Amino acid sequence: MKRTSVLLAAAVLATAAQAAETSPGDVVFDNGAVSRSLTGVPGDPANGRKVFMNRKKGNCLACHANADMHDQLFHGEIGPTLDGVAGRYSEAELRGLLVNSKNTYEDTIMPAFYRADGFKRPLDKFKGKTILTAQEVEDVVAYLMTLK
Amino acid sequence: MRIGNMFLAATAAVALSATSLLAGSDRLSIDGQEMTTRAKAPDYTPNLDQVISGWVFRSEETQALELDDFDNPSFVFIDQANDLWNKVDGSEGKSCASCHDDVAEFKGLRTVLPRVVDGKLQTLEDIINSERVNRMGAEPWGYTSAPMAAMAALISLQSRGMPVQVKIDGDAAPFWERGKEIYYTRVGQLDLACANCHEDNYGKMIRADRLSQGQINGFPTYRLKNAKLNTVHARFKGCMKNVRAKPYKPGSDEFKALELYVASRGAGLSVESPSVRN
Ligand code: HEC
Ligand code: HEC
Repeated sequence: MKRTSVLLAAAVLATAAQAAETSPGDVVFDNGAVSRSLTGVPGDPANGRKVFMNRKKGNCLACHANADMHDQLFHGEIGPTLDGVAGRYSEAELRGLLVNSKNTYEDTIMPAFYRADGFKRPLDKFKGKTILTAQEVEDVVAYLMTLK
Repeated sequence: MRIGNMFLAATAAVALSATSLLAGSDRLSIDGQEMTTRAKAPDYTPNLDQVISGWVFRSEETQALELDDFDNPSFVFIDQANDLWNKVDGSEGKSCASCHDDVAEFKGLRTVLPRVVDGKLQTLEDIINSERVNRMGAEPWGYTSAPMAAMAALISLQSRGMPVQVKIDGDAAPFWERGKEIYYTRVGQLDLACANCHEDNYGKMIRADRLSQGQINGFPTYRLKNAKLNTVHARFKGCMKNVRAKPYKPGSDEFKALELYVASRGAGLSVESPSVRN
């Protein structure tokens, strides 16, 4: 009896966490910006910094230079440098750029990091998946907010 | 003589202005033979002023490996291809050499491939396999296999220094149009088309790589990364997988059409095969 209620409580908690996470199809944009957190859990800038560098995650450094990462050997030249980006965009605008930058810059080369479908010929292992998880997006947004 | 000098001076000026952007040099002379590494873009590529060989975008160290056939690691495979050329294989008891006196008779062939024959688009790999199957009674080689890459390199080498000049009109037109469509279609989870990288952003760094125009005049190409000869379709497959797209199969109609289109974007560049890239 006791066991069951603990299990039930755990299940309820899990559902609550899932409900708080906005699924890719439900993100609400306002002029390219997304004001509502995707998870409700504050982003962790330290993890965001890692996701930014990681070639299998954000790999943002492939296209953007970022002086905060001068220890990294190679920075891309395809997008603008992200130094001081928090001074140019609000948190909501940065979240929007990460979820799907095509709502801000039509036809941009920058991938949409929190979009799960609508792709042509995706590899099977990425089918229906987003590049970053909702929390990773929040973490990168928190990191970008430190680039003053 | 005078005109020659002026022309050289003009080329040098272009080369100088470009070196600020690029790592290495523009002037490629292989064992004394001058290669055309930049040519005026054809009118069907309105978004390009010039077509530029991938060699121009590589570092000085990588560039140097292509200047002399003794330094070019591809030539190990050219030696292997020469052995394959003479090797009897298949039910007919023949080698390439049984029917062809000298591989030099294929001078110029690479410059016009892919081409349409009897309504079908034909690549160099198709020709090699058709000879093996139909004349030698031998097993076809895998489209991107080591012997295929080596033989394609040996045959391409006979055209080295000659300008790429594939036919794109007449019966080639529908294949070319299909290739163009693939070139500009965004695919994969990263949602990128060939053009996003190789037309809109060539010359720029994408993390540790400097983007070239994605030309194929140097294929098959020896890559330092995997220490072997790489075929055109293997490279297309690699780029597609990098954008997390399901690649077409090597030897598929789609990749052949893409090959014709990409080859046509390099019209006027010298065949540089077998080239060296990183
Ligand atoms: C394939 C290239 C590419 C990748 C990968 C990429 N971006 Fe971008 N990004 C761009 C381009 C190009 C722009 C400029 C918008 C435009 O004109 O298309 C841009 C714009 C931005 C901007 C606005 C900057 C400004 O000053 O206007 C931010 C912020 C940004 N990117 C963040 C990121 C982050 C964070 C990541 C990784 C999670 C990332 N980008 C990955 C290409 C890329
Ligand atoms: C995300 C960027 C990107 C996309 C999209 C892309 N490539 Fe590439 N490609 C590269 C990089 C990086 C290299 C290695 C450096 C170079 O030569 O440009 C490369 C190399 C090549 C080369 C070798 C060039 C040489 O001289 O050795 C060819 C050919 C090529 N790509 C064709 C294509 C085709 C065709 C497509 C579309 C199916 C495509 N690429 C899509 C990034 C890309």
